This record gives sequence, C-alpha cells and structure tokens, in this order.
Amino acid sequence: MNVVADIIALDNAQPTAPRRIGEVMLKLDNVSLSFGGVKAIRDVSFDVRRGEIRAIIGPNGAGKTSMLNVINGFYHPQQGVITFKGEQRSAMRPYVAASQGIARTFQNVALFKGMSTLDNIMTGRTMKMKRGLFWQALRHGPAMAEEIEHRAVAERIIDFLEIAHIRKTPVGRLPYGLQKRVELGRALATEPELLLLDEPMAGMNLEEKQDMSRFILTVNDTFGTTIALIEHDMGVVMDLSDRIVVLDYGQKIADGTPAEVKADQKVIDAYLGVAH
Amino acid sequence: MFYRENGQFNTTYAEDMAVFPIRQDRIGLALILGVAAIGVPLFGNSFFISSVMIPFLVYSLATIGLNILTGYTGLISLGTGAFMGVGAFACFKLTTAFPNVNIIFWILASGFFSAAIGMLFGLPSLRVKGFYLAVTTLAAQFFLQWCFIRIPWLYNDSASGAIEVARRTLFGFPITGAQASAQTRYLVLLGIVVFMTWIASNIVHGRIGRSWMAVRDMDIAAELMGIRLLPTKLTAFAVSSFYAGVAGACMMFLWYGGGEANDVFNINQSFNILFMVILGGLGSLVGSFMGAAFISSLPTIFKFGLPAIGINIGGATAEHLTFMVVGALIVIFLIAEPHGLARLWQITKEKLRLWPFPH
Repeated sequence: MNVVADIIALDNAQPTAPRRIGEVMLKLDNVSLSFGGVKAIRDVSFDVRRGEIRAIIGPNGAGKTSMLNVINGFYHPQQGVITFKGEQRSAMRPYVAASQGIARTFQNVALFKGMSTLDNIMTGRTMKMKRGLFWQALRHGPAMAEEIEHRAVAERIIDFLEIAHIRKTPVGRLPYGLQKRVELGRALATEPELLLLDEPMAGMNLEEKQDMSRFILTVNDTFGTTIALIEHDMGVVMDLSDRIVVLDYGQKIADGTPAEVKADQKVIDAYLGVAH
Repeated sequence: MFYRENGQFNTTYAEDMAVFPIRQDRIGLALILGVAAIGVPLFGNSFFISSVMIPFLVYSLATIGLNILTGYTGLISLGTGAFMGVGAFACFKLTTAFPNVNIIFWILASGFFSAAIGMLFGLPSLRVKGFYLAVTTLAAQFFLQWCFIRIPWLYNDSASGAIEVARRTLFGFPITGAQASAQTRYLVLLGIVVFMTWIASNIVHGRIGRSWMAVRDMDIAAELMGIRLLPTKLTAFAVSSFYAGVAGACMMFLWYGGGEANDVFNINQSFNILFMVILGGLGSLVGSFMGAAFISSLPTIFKFGLPAIGINIGGATAEHLTFMVVGALIVIFLIAEPHGLARLWQITKEKLRLWPFPH
C-alpha cells in the first residue's frame, strides 16, 4: 500500500525537505475548444511539471474550467495535442483519465449527497478494488479482506484531513467548507499523480482557506502529487503556486512564476481593464 | 433508554462495517426471524399465511429488486411486472423440461433469465435518463407481455394459455401444486427471501453498491472516480431483474399456484411495485419490506379486517377503497416524506436513542 506508507511517512515528515520538481508531466500544444460558435479555448499551450503546483487564473469566463475539463476528458478539443506522461492522448473518457492517475474536485461541490463521508472516500478507492459480484454478494473472505484493506486507507485520509468526527454523517448535511474537504479526500483516495482542483477555496472564510492551503501544500510536499489549481484568491495563488498560467477570453496571456505574472502588464490590464 | 449503543465499542473495521453494528438491532432482527420462521407457521392459520404472509414476502422480493434499480442506482423502471413474468415462465419451462431437478433450484435459476432480459432492456440507460428511460422500460413491459400471449411455446401450447404448476417435492413434502400446504410454501418462500435479502444487503454495502449510489447521486463525478457508467448501470439492471424474476417465479409457484400470466405480470403490477418502493423508501432494504407489507396487506385488511370488526363493506367497495388509500398515501408521502416509511423508522430510532431526553 503505497499511500499508507506515504501517509505514515507524512507523520514523520521533515517540512524542510527540498521539493523536487521533475520533468514535464502534462503538455498541451495549441489546444482549441469551441462550442458551436463560442470559442472557449483558443490555441493555448502550456505544460505542468511533475511535483509542482501550477495555477490557472483569469477573469470569469476565461476558459479555466473548460481547460480542466479538457485535461480530464470531459471535453474533447477540436485542435491541439495533449501529452500526458510522455504519451499522446486521443479523445478519452473521464474514467480512462482517472485510471491514468488524474483526479479532480469541482467548482460546485460534486459529492455523492446521499452517502456518508466515509462512503464517499471509499468510492474513491473503487478503481483499486478488484473483487467481482460473486464475492461482493457474499461479503466474506476476499471481498471483506479487500474492504478492510481499503477502509484502512480511507481512515488515514480521514485522519489527515481532520474529518474523523463526520465519518458517518451523510455529506448532504455538512457545511460547505467541510464538503470541500471531503471532496479533496475523495480525490486523494484515488492516489492521483495529477490532482486538478477547481476553486478549492471558493466561498470559504480565512480560517478554512488556511486549512485548505495547508492540506494542498502537504499533499504536494509529502506525496509528491502534482497539482493544477484554479483559484480566484490572488493571495493564495501567489503563495502556493510555483508557476501560473493566465487565461483571458480563452487565450493565454501570460505564463511564469508568481513574481513574473504579477508584473505582467497584460495581466494587470485583463484584471483591471484598460482605458480606451 | 433501552435502545442505545453505550458501552459497545467496535475495535476492528470488520465490526464497524457490520450491517447491524448495534447489539439491540441484532437482537431485534433475531426476534423477527424467530417469529417469522417458528411463530407464524406454528400459530398462524392457513388463511393468514396464504393471503397475508406469502403475498408480503413475494412483494418484498420484487420491491427489493426494483429498489436496487430505482432507489440505489436512480434508474426508473416500469417493466418490473414483465421481468417477473420472464422469471415465472423461465421457471415453468425449466421445471417441465427437467422435472427431477428440485424446484427451488429452478426458482433461483429463473432469475438469470430475467437478468439477461433486463440487461438487454437496460442498454438504453446509458443514453436516456429519467422519464425517457421509464418509457423505454415501458416498451419492455408491452413487448414481453405480447410475448407471454403470442408465443405458445412459453406456456407449452396449452389451450388456456396459463402456467400450470405441477406437484414438486422437497424431501418428500409437496412444496408446489395443489397438495402443498400454506405452511410449507411459506417456509420455502421465507428461506428464499431471507437468503436473497442477505445477498442484496451484502452487495449494497460493498463496492458495487457504492458505485450504484455514486452513479445515482452524481454520475459525472462517479466517472471521474473511475466508475464506468454502462457496466455499473447494467449490473444494476441485471441484479434488479434477477430479484424480479425470482419474485415472479415465487409468485406463480408458491403463491398463485398457476394462472394466466397476462393478468398477473401486467403494467398494473409494475406500478404496484413502484408504489411499494416509493412508499417504503427509495434506497432502503428495510423500507422495501415496509412498503411491501403496507400495500400488499391493505386489500386483505379492507376485505376481511373491516368486516371482522363489524364494519360491513362489499368486496367491490373494499377494492376501490384500497386504490383510494394507496393513491392518497403516495401523494402524501411524496410531499411530506419523500424518503418513505424507512426514513420515519430511522427518525424513530434516532429519537429512541435519546429517549427520555429531548436532545
């Protein structure tokens, strides 16, 4: 159990250990996506390196969420090439993207409302569970052993995200901030290599944002999970991310470190508007 | 005061994941099973067993089947009656072809035939949802019903077009046919229902059940967790139709003792079972039993219960009254408690845990 080992390692982790940013993991070349006449993404190229936190920012309607949807297979771009882990991807279904190690959370929480926190996180383990209908029907022997093994992993994630007290609560009853946290837990349960976070701090108060930032940094630091996130809170984005790509009206207008992007005149114009 | 889990600690994940983690629940279940297996056949008369208990158990099985599809996976089906018919005919054909094999084996095996048919008609579920899926299953209902009448091979070319239930025995006791007593039929049926409820409970508490509920609650997110939609929905159709098929076979062989399939496995039956699911509670096995108990016993209560306490209403009035009460209850429940009797039961248990304190 890789994750168990990782999470145990997390307990003894040295916060000063240098983060390692590796080779290019995900590469988008000249990607264009349109819905009828609406061009959501126009000729955008950027890459995400293994181990980094990559932010995608831009004003409303800039095509950020569409970009995530392209990466995990909900939308299929009309033009452009996507290379993930050295392999060129053709049009794929989201479950294929999931099996290759791409997980994500949603802008509007997309939890399974009728299920408990624990069941939501256990659902993230579905891909790793192999026992078929026969053993499931008996719920003894191998099926139960598998269930317990994955329950242990789910419990480590619950511990890490500090949501043990709501383990058995149906998620529909939870406040928004906790729902976001459960959703992160569900994504982590799939042991992703690339984690896509769509506005993880939206609608949160300062304290909740601090908690969420802490979780994101720890996930990145300790598991080495690559993270691509969309966020509107510029303070959070500038603090967390290694590199930032800025979109406006579906086009890339800047790409670089937080300091570079902050000083970019096009970015300032996009956010503040220009005098005509 | 009595229903509280104080002092019961789960020290392993297996204990915590048990279907009934609270000791009082396990005792209650054992009591119910004891009464059902020993008390009812010993003290219940034939009338009570054959017109209350047997219908209740048959409908429970069918309701569990539809609940797996509608309550757990969120797919509406109006073809339950037809899938039950497939089970009944499969069992009939199998037992006439191989009369020496035990009938209980054939009753269970007939589920596989309706599971296959159910999967076939479940194929559109990847593309169509909600009302539109309901209409495609309606097509299954009408097509299969047409088959039940127009394909004489199904009822062995008999002139009446009815299923004839022959005498079949278990350890020398007749369990189907005219000689079988209500008690033996009841006990066989109880065994089947308990076994299949256990299986259903196992499935819905495991990976497959979670996948079903994930698809029901948010299919986009489910696909991102690596759950493939079509196989998951087809599994739900297969398991659901399996239960419907076994329920149909039980209905013909252990309850009706033969009859014309078209009268039994029609669209009214499909609606009847859908009402049981809604009234009992979507996505709850306990609710399936409650809904089935409630609706299947109403006709008997009105027909024989009311005269017994001195209110004399005619048979026709009793029948009309049943329709009116069920109809009114459906409306009331959909407005006041969409999660059905099962939710009321859950609220009762939560209150009971705190009783006599309000909080």
